[in-house]
Amino acid sequence: MSQHSEAVEHNAGEVLHVGASISTFAKVWIALLVMTGMEVLLAYEQVPTLIMLTVLLGLSIIKAALIIAYFMHLKFEKLSLFLTLFPMLIFCIVLMLIFLGDAVRIPNMRPPA
Amino acid sequence: MSSHASAVGSTGSVWEGGQSPYATNSKKFGMWLFLISDSLTFSAMLFAYTYSRVTNPDWPKPFDFSPAIIFSTIMTFCLLSSSLTMVLAVHAMNHGDRKATVRWILATMVGGGAFVVLHMSEWLKLINVEHVTALNNPWGVPLFGGTFFALTGLHMTHVLCGLIYLTFIAVGVGRGKFKAEDVEVSGLYWHFVDLVWMFIFPLVYLMSAKVG
Repeated sequence: MSQHSEAVEHNAGEVLHVGASISTFAKVWIALLVMTGMEVLLAYEQVPTLIMLTVLLGLSIIKAALIIAYFMHLKFEKLSLFLTLFPMLIFCIVLMLIFLGDAVRIPNMRPPA
Repeated sequence: MSSHASAVGSTGSVWEGGQSPYATNSKKFGMWLFLISDSLTFSAMLFAYTYSRVTNPDWPKPFDFSPAIIFSTIMTFCLLSSSLTMVLAVHAMNHGDRKATVRWILATMVGGGAFVVLHMSEWLKLINVEHVTALNNPWGVPLFGGTFFALTGLHMTHVLCGLIYLTFIAVGVGRGKFKAEDVEVSGLYWHFVDLVWMFIFPLVYLMSAKVG
């Protein structure tokens, strides 16, 4: 982390950590564009739905993690901030999956037209 | 009392409340809390869209690869690039370069503005050509229009609010007001708007792409 991060010295020797260097931001941006290109290619190739959904969600989570870590600076914040904000967010999102089983079953429960 | 407080502030442990446990300012922490709650709102809407889709085997695929998917890919490029320029604005402000900060914020707003224009043209095509509304569409799956317009409409509202927010920040920074932390907090909001699109684009557009 230290070789890619930089700090700016402000008044009276106070050091303000400003996160990654410009080259790191550019690399993250390129990685995000490449992953977006991969997603579009998958859609163009009309990959089977389940495989496509899994790969798209995986890539989206990686892209979100890169944005949060580098662009939103969380990688350079204290661990306590991450631990306060994200475990409960992930827990609540996972809880929303609770109806997925019902949603998948509903089409099979419809009486034939 | 004040001397006691200042003494604690400089020497007290984190668990005694003597120091900021997150080593961050209150504006940034407040924005993080807002973004986490907003994440739950978008998550709920994405789940509503997904559940509606899973329960409807006749779910339409209205997005032709050309031009709809190409358009939305360009929109994604605009948002991702605007995130990069926003990061550069924060970087410039941290280095005390106010002119460069204003320039990068304006570049960010150009990216956001392009996104809104392209998105509105996409909406108008769906409404005028495909005859999709929030309550009805030609494929007989009214939930498609309802969930699609609610989700993408809420996101576009966030982008528009972000553009207004960035205008205030750019004007303020240009006039010598605001500190680096204010630009960083506005950047957090803008990156969040980008982040949400990273889920809407594949789940709503790419999963409903039509080739050939």
